[in-house]
Amino acid sequence: MSEESRAEKFLELFNKGKEFTEELLKENQRLRYRLASMETEGASREEVDRLRAEVQQLTDENRRIAKRFREVEEENKDFANRYIEIEEQNNNLANLYVASYQLHSTLDFREVIQIVQEIVINLIGAEAFAILLLDEKTNELKTIACEGEDAMPGVENISARLGDGILGEVAKTGESYYINQDVEGGQITLERPLAAVPLKIKEHVIGLIVIYKLLQQKDSFSAVDYELFSLLAAHAATAIFSSKLYSQSERKLNTIQSFLDLLTTN
Amino acid sequence: MRQLISFSLKRFKNARIIEAVDGVDALKKLSGPDKIDLILTDINMPVMDGLKLVSLVRQNAQLKNIPIIIITTEGAEEDRERGLALGANAYISKPIQSSHLIKTISELLAV
Repeated sequence: MSEESRAEKFLELFNKGKEFTEELLKENQRLRYRLASMETEGASREEVDRLRAEVQQLTDENRRIAKRFREVEEENKDFANRYIEIEEQNNNLANLYVASYQLHSTLDFREVIQIVQEIVINLIGAEAFAILLLDEKTNELKTIACEGEDAMPGVENISARLGDGILGEVAKTGESYYINQDVEGGQITLERPLAAVPLKIKEHVIGLIVIYKLLQQKDSFSAVDYELFSLLAAHAATAIFSSKLYSQSERKLNTIQSFLDLLTTN
Repeated sequence: MRQLISFSLKRFKNARIIEAVDGVDALKKLSGPDKIDLILTDINMPVMDGLKLVSLVRQNAQLKNIPIIIITTEGAEEDRERGLALGANAYISKPIQSSHLIKTISELLAV
């Protein structure tokens, strides 16, 4: 082999070696890149695992919070209901207070009657009603004040004997009478009212409040109405009785005074 | 009714109540030296009824912004609509619930 051909052979081998080395370098680079990618992928999986755990933790926490929220909401509902109840009681007490305060604010008979009428209209919401007083000499109940003659004709002239009919029975027994129209229905008449409440001083009945019709926006009696009826039964009776006694004593006093004046001037 | 309103207004410190016997008397008092923050009126009143009062107040440049509450036995929907259309800010049908009255006044006076 000549020197020239040996050199060519060597150059050929060298070039092949160069190509091979370049290929190896490329493969090495590719593998390094692949390794780096794999390393990155591996890190993401860890991150995903960590995030998964965190998501689970947050889901549990969320569930706990939602449960607590429901509990608090329930408590809140209880408080709201309680608040409404207390507000209603407060309102009822205010109405009862005003009613009793008004009833004892005067000794004038006409004013007392007017106050009873105001309570029945403004606090109970009656449209047609009558206040009857018992004449102890004749044992007869008679209208002394009323409202709603248009809605209940004849309400201004009611007359009932003690013990006769619903009104007379209420006056005799001292037991209140109510109709629940939704259940009992039937026609409301002068003798068959919606409610008849005795005006009592202890067990002594001096008259009745008789209700025939409620205001159109009021469907039926409420719980506080019955309390108002109880209050009226006792306090209105006392107020009416006191004012009657007062006006009688005033009249007597005036008579005596006039008599004294007459004596002293002579 | 005045007693119940007076009692309900005790909730509002320093509230002073000026009473009027009818719409004409109310207008006279509204034109007086006292600054009125709120008008409470019935519909059924002698001489001048509550609806006429509401209408006249709303036409008066000095009084037109005073809040008005109608308190009445007239509970029909058309009565309510009429009262509100004339310019009342609130319409309360009897029987009176003091808590409702207090709430309405608080809202109108923003107290």
